[in-house]
Amino acid sequence: MSTLAITPDLIAQHQLTEPEYRKIVEILGREPNYTELGVFSVMWSEHCSYKSSRLHLKKLPTRGKLVVQGPGENAGVVDIGGGYVIAFKIESHNHPSFIEPFQGAATGVGGILRDIFTMGARPIAVLDSLRFGPLDDPQAGPRNRRILQGVVAGIAHYGNCFGVPTVGGECIFEACYNGNPLVNVFALGVAKREDIFYASAAGVGNPVIYVGAKTGRDGIHGASMASAEFTEESKQKRPNVQVGDPFLEKLLLEACLEAMQTGAIIAIQDMGAAGLTCSTCEMGSRGGTGIEIELDWVPQRETGMTPYEIMLSESQERMLLVAAKGREDEVFRVFRKWGLDAVAIGTVTGDGLLRVKQHGRTVAEIPNRELADEAPLYDRPHRPRIGAERARGRAGEGAIPNAQDALMAVLGSADICSKRYIWEQYDYMVRTNTIAGPGADAAVVRIKETGVSVAMSLDGNSRYCCLSPREGAQLAVAECCRNLATVGAQPVAATNCLNFGNPERPEIMGQLVEAIEGMSEACRFFETPITGGNVSLYNETLGEGIWPTPVIGIVGLMQTAAPVTRDFKTAGRTIFVLGGVGECDEVHFGGTEYAKVILHELWGLPPALDMDHEKRVHDAMREIVAAGLAESAHDVSDGGLAVAVAECCMGSVGAALSFESRLRHEYLLFHEGPSRILISSAHPQAVEAIAARHGVRAERAGVTMNYALAVGIRGATVISVTIEDLKAIYEESLEKQLRS
Amino acid sequence: MKFGVIVFPGSNCDHDAWFAVNHNLGHPAEFIWHDSATLGDIDAVILPGGFAYGDYLRCGAIAKFSPVMAAVRKFAADGGLVLGICNGFQILVEAGLLPGALMRNRDLKFICREVRLRTETLDSAFTAAAERRQILRMPIAHGEGCYVADKRTLDELEAEDRIAFRYVDNPNGSMRDIAGILNAGRNVMGLMPHPERATEPLMGSSDGLVIFRSMLMAAVTAAEPVALRA
Repeated sequence: MSTLAITPDLIAQHQLTEPEYRKIVEILGREPNYTELGVFSVMWSEHCSYKSSRLHLKKLPTRGKLVVQGPGENAGVVDIGGGYVIAFKIESHNHPSFIEPFQGAATGVGGILRDIFTMGARPIAVLDSLRFGPLDDPQAGPRNRRILQGVVAGIAHYGNCFGVPTVGGECIFEACYNGNPLVNVFALGVAKREDIFYASAAGVGNPVIYVGAKTGRDGIHGASMASAEFTEESKQKRPNVQVGDPFLEKLLLEACLEAMQTGAIIAIQDMGAAGLTCSTCEMGSRGGTGIEIELDWVPQRETGMTPYEIMLSESQERMLLVAAKGREDEVFRVFRKWGLDAVAIGTVTGDGLLRVKQHGRTVAEIPNRELADEAPLYDRPHRPRIGAERARGRAGEGAIPNAQDALMAVLGSADICSKRYIWEQYDYMVRTNTIAGPGADAAVVRIKETGVSVAMSLDGNSRYCCLSPREGAQLAVAECCRNLATVGAQPVAATNCLNFGNPERPEIMGQLVEAIEGMSEACRFFETPITGGNVSLYNETLGEGIWPTPVIGIVGLMQTAAPVTRDFKTAGRTIFVLGGVGECDEVHFGGTEYAKVILHELWGLPPALDMDHEKRVHDAMREIVAAGLAESAHDVSDGGLAVAVAECCMGSVGAALSFESRLRHEYLLFHEGPSRILISSAHPQAVEAIAARHGVRAERAGVTMNYALAVGIRGATVISVTIEDLKAIYEESLEKQLRS
Repeated sequence: MKFGVIVFPGSNCDHDAWFAVNHNLGHPAEFIWHDSATLGDIDAVILPGGFAYGDYLRCGAIAKFSPVMAAVRKFAADGGLVLGICNGFQILVEAGLLPGALMRNRDLKFICREVRLRTETLDSAFTAAAERRQILRMPIAHGEGCYVADKRTLDELEAEDRIAFRYVDNPNGSMRDIAGILNAGRNVMGLMPHPERATEPLMGSSDGLVIFRSMLMAAVTAAEPVALRA
């Protein structure tokens, strides 16, 4: 196969452009052979090389006083004190999850978990950000329901068996995801500070060891598949999706952590996208060394595999490590105990080359650094949005139902309703560290060793980003930080997953650039450096792209204690809207859930964000939590004030609220202005004092009461509903839609 | 009292059981690797939750062949306390130490949630510290927890007062709402819910301690000279 002639057709099939091919010839000083062409094509794919986004990703803040490791490694690392660090990252598995939802999502979880324990950290939490097409779509509905069921079952299958709790996330539905569902998986692990491992090959003569599952023909070209639009032919790519084995990964986790303790391991990297190719050349490139491997020694589960197939296979649950020469046996012993393959397949060399041999003959020889780091870099043309804001459509006043009907409709919509049906399929408490799990504003997982807890939240709003990628990205960061503040945590670092369409289209590239810049500004302001992440482009099917969907994951720290939770606890408490009920006008109402669910429209601009005010609200909130003054707390976000209050009533205590606002009813109740948190407290004066000190309004909105939710505006009751009725709508909607 | 926690390849609640006993109950616990031929010097053994051998073939079907299971059988035959939690329950059933079988949940989905259990008997080393008919809150987290057995076995379990716990709201379709059962000798218990996940207020419930405290009481009683027993 290696002698296959390199034709323009073959180059195009590998999604390499003419100039890219010329660069390959220049690097090698000769024409590549078939294997080398394959190796370059995966390493230089959008998925592995970030060639369209890298220029702009440099704008993101990456440094902070707690950041131990920023972007460039398998995961970011942050110091949490007490001698411990956390490693975390978010990654997408969008394309595979569309082609084969169960395995696509499962291997998405598997991949990010390996990124975490490759660093020497034991995974302790997973969160997922999911986007699907509407479940009730007349055409795509049945397929969307099947994709959701498959993705959720796949995540559950992998995470539950592996033994990592899936503690939170989000799940949103829009028609733009009909042909492009998004599956973004965040994982976080914990390690002693001195136990962190890096993927940088060192020490000429040291053995390169392959561990874990055998290599098969699955997943060949997975990275390239993830770097192209979907067409009719994509269905034939099902074999490109790998099959996950969480049991094997669990053994790999235990074996790797145990082997790391021997002190015989120098570097380690998982084999994810682009498999053996990526792990060899990246480890070599980072260490400034060469790596030579003999493919005959690679454990294989199929016969007759070509060098091309072995190098490009994306078989799951495999790791590559460099051990100290002479201490191989210590490593082998551990892997044997766990029943895993561990084989020396090569050595670290001093020549900077990735040299691949088969049957003793060299079948590929490429400079590591050029292959891993010198991928083409594109400053693709990008165009800002034309026309500042979309105009409001036809829906008139007549279409507006009364406030109570609107609340019930929005509360029961797929975006807002309880996702219990999804998260009850996840083991969210294994390891007994989950202090706040799914359904909470932020998930909180304690670190048993230190008395500190880690709070995590994933956020992204593609409706806002569709209207303004820049403001949408900023709002996502603000909301994420607000979620952490609501449980009392201080945000410390972030990871991002940027899901966009085809970057070769200037308007899409414009969205990406604006979103990165917006995120960058907000992350600087909230002091949450981005320590790593993932870019997923070409989320298009048959020319239809997704809305810009940047997802941000932020982690925060707090002292371990029972966190403040969402539900009202006791009747007779004072309810505050910390940050005030806010303002809204027609332009800033067009991106709300109300506009989506009730008016079926999207127009205008996202809610207006004042970052300085936002931060003061967070500071006040954290102080209120620390002082033990908040009996319940809940962030006001999608669906606005009415939905937030209704959600607080899902325990067994309701509320009576009254407002004197002159805003139109639907604006007051459903606008999604940021910087607002609902609190119930037995100590109203103390709450007001803290808010005043931070220059933040703490607006008294009413009191908690039993059995029902009642809302009055300027003396007129606009909502009066029992908790039973609220719960029925909120809890049963998703399952009803899935069964329809 | 010293607990042993068996670690099969794929166990993932082993550390949780260890932490519950060691940290929240305050008694020593040690891990026992699955290919160990002996259990060592322990007073009770816990088969923890997880996915032993990936639950391939059938839950617990491969784990029952682990070398350590011969030692567990002998330990049980000698009257030692054996507690199987979730996957551990499935393994005990596969190994023949408890009757019946655990099938896919009624809705064919994995379920993770807190449930309420009714204590059905106080006459065992695992429930003696409970109050009569006491309701305990603790989580379940399983895909295959639907307890089934033939009518004769079920009647026998009831007649011999060997049903330790029943679900108040049956989450998985288990026959006769069974959540946990005892062997004829009353020294082996298997249950699908996770008592180790309910051993301190931060976990949301401390009710699981009732089971572990019962085991402590049983061990203390067993250690007393015969003459002192009631």
